[in-house]
Amino acid sequence: MIKLTNVSKEYPKRGAALRDVSFHLKKGEFAFLTGHSGSGKSTTLRLIHMADTPTHGEVRVTGFSSEKITERDLWKIRRRVGIVFQDFRLLPGRTALENVAFVLEVTGTPAKAVQTKAQRLLAQVGLATKSEAFVNELSGGEQQRVAIARALANDPYVLLADEPTGNLDDRATRGVMDLFWDINAKGMAVLMATHDLEVVRRHPHARVFELDQGALVFDSADTSEDD
Amino acid sequence: MYAMREAAAAFRRAPVLTGLSSAMVGLALFVVGLFSLVTYNLRLALSAIEERVEVVVYLRDDARQSEIDLLLTELAGLDEVRLVRFVSKRDALERARVELPEFGELFIDLEVNPLPQSLEVELQPGARSPEVVEMISDQAMAYPFVEDARYGREWVDRLFALRRIGAASTAVLGSAFGLVAALIIGTALRIAIFARRDEIYIMRLVGAKNGFIRRPFLLEGALAGLMGGVFAWALTYGTYRGVYSYLFEIAWIPSGWIAIGLASGCAFGALSSAVAVRRHLREV
Repeated sequence: MIKLTNVSKEYPKRGAALRDVSFHLKKGEFAFLTGHSGSGKSTTLRLIHMADTPTHGEVRVTGFSSEKITERDLWKIRRRVGIVFQDFRLLPGRTALENVAFVLEVTGTPAKAVQTKAQRLLAQVGLATKSEAFVNELSGGEQQRVAIARALANDPYVLLADEPTGNLDDRATRGVMDLFWDINAKGMAVLMATHDLEVVRRHPHARVFELDQGALVFDSADTSEDD
Repeated sequence: MYAMREAAAAFRRAPVLTGLSSAMVGLALFVVGLFSLVTYNLRLALSAIEERVEVVVYLRDDARQSEIDLLLTELAGLDEVRLVRFVSKRDALERARVELPEFGELFIDLEVNPLPQSLEVELQPGARSPEVVEMISDQAMAYPFVEDARYGREWVDRLFALRRIGAASTAVLGSAFGLVAALIIGTALRIAIFARRDEIYIMRLVGAKNGFIRRPFLLEGALAGLMGGVFAWALTYGTYRGVYSYLFEIAWIPSGWIAIGLASGCAFGALSSAVAVRRHLREV
C-alpha cells in the first residue's frame, strides 16, 4: 500500500529532514507516526502524498512510484490518498456541505449525485444536522470532521492525518479518533502523525513509528521488510 | 458546465474584486482605444492630404494635339495612374481667375494668355510616393514638347517623412501602450486568482486534474477581458462623442479594429489567467 525504501529528504536551507527511512504500511493498517516537532513527520506525509519527491530512495503509494510519477498523473494518487491537517484547511465562506460538494464536483462526480453523496459523507462523520452551517460557525472538532468527510470523498485506500487533533480539546480529540477507527474498520488504512503520546497510548492496537531527527528509530511491528 | 458555473460563481462571490479587475482591464484597454482613435484620425487626415499628390506636366504652346493625346494615353496606361486630365490654356486661365480673385484685374487686361496647357496626372491610392511621382515626371520629361513636370518635390518628400514618422511612432507607442495594458491586465487577474489560491490548493490536494482546475479561471479571465473590453469601448466612444460634439469632427474607429480589440482583450485575459494559475498549480 505505502512503502518507503531508504528514503532521505534534504532541503537546501533546512538540511536533512529525513534520513534513510524505510517502512511498509499494509492495507487496512492503523499506524501512528510520532516524534518531536521537526522530526520529519510532516515531511513523511508530504512525500507519501507526493507533494514533494525524496532526495534519495523511493516512495511507493498504491502502485505509483515517486521515481516514475509525472506531474500529469499526480491526481491519480491524490484520489487514492485522503489527507487532513491540523488547521483543517476548509474553504471559508462556504457551508460544510459546500466544502464537501466542492471536492466531489472537481473530481468528476456526476452533478446529480454530488448533493446526495456530500450529505452521506457528512452523515458518516456525524455532521448530518450541520450541513448548512458555515465553516466559521462550526467548532474545531466539527471543522475537522468536515475535513475528514472531504478527505473521504474519493473513497481513498488510505487516510493521512497530519496532527489532526493538534487544535482540538480532549473531547473533540476522542470523537475524531473514534471516527478514524470507524473508518479503519471499513478497511481503509490510516496513518496519523502526532506528537501527542497520550493519544498514542490510548490506542494500543495501532502500529507506531517513531521518528527522531529524520531517522526512523522505532517501529512497533518491526517487520518492515516482510510482505 | 462546471467551468461556466464556477466562473459565474466567482463573479457572484467576489463582485468587488472581479469588478475591480474588469475595471482595471477596461482602463488599460481604454488607453489603447484612445490611441487607436487618435491614430485612425491622423491616418485619415494624412491620406486626405496624400489625395492631393499629383504630377502636373506642362506642355509647350506648340505641342500638337496628336502628340498630347499620345502622351496622355501612355500616362493613363500606367498602373500607378488613376486619371489623366488635359487642361487647355483657356481652362488654366479660367481656373486662375476663379482661384486667384485678387489678381482678377490683371487677368482681364491680358492680350496673350501666359499660362501653359498641361496634363494633370492623378495617382492611384498607394502609389502616391516620391518614387512614383519622380518616375512619372521623368517619363513625361522625355518628350520634347514637355516644358516641365512638377509635383512639389519638397512637399511630397516632407509628407512621406511625416508618414514614416507616423508609422514608426504608431508602432512604438502602440506596442508600449499594448504592453502596459497587458501588464495591468496580467496583474489584475493575478490578484483575482491569488484571492482564490485556497480553492486551487484544495483542488490539487483532492486530485482534481490540472485542466479541470484551469478551465474556470481561463473562462473567468476571458470574461473579465471581454467585460473590460466593452467598458473600454464605452469610454472610448464617450470620448469620441465628446470631442465630436464640442471640439472638432473626427471619425469613429472602424468596427474591425474594435472587434480585434475585444478579441485580444478576451484572449489576453484567458492567457494571463492561465499563467497565473500555473504558478499556483506548482505549489502543492
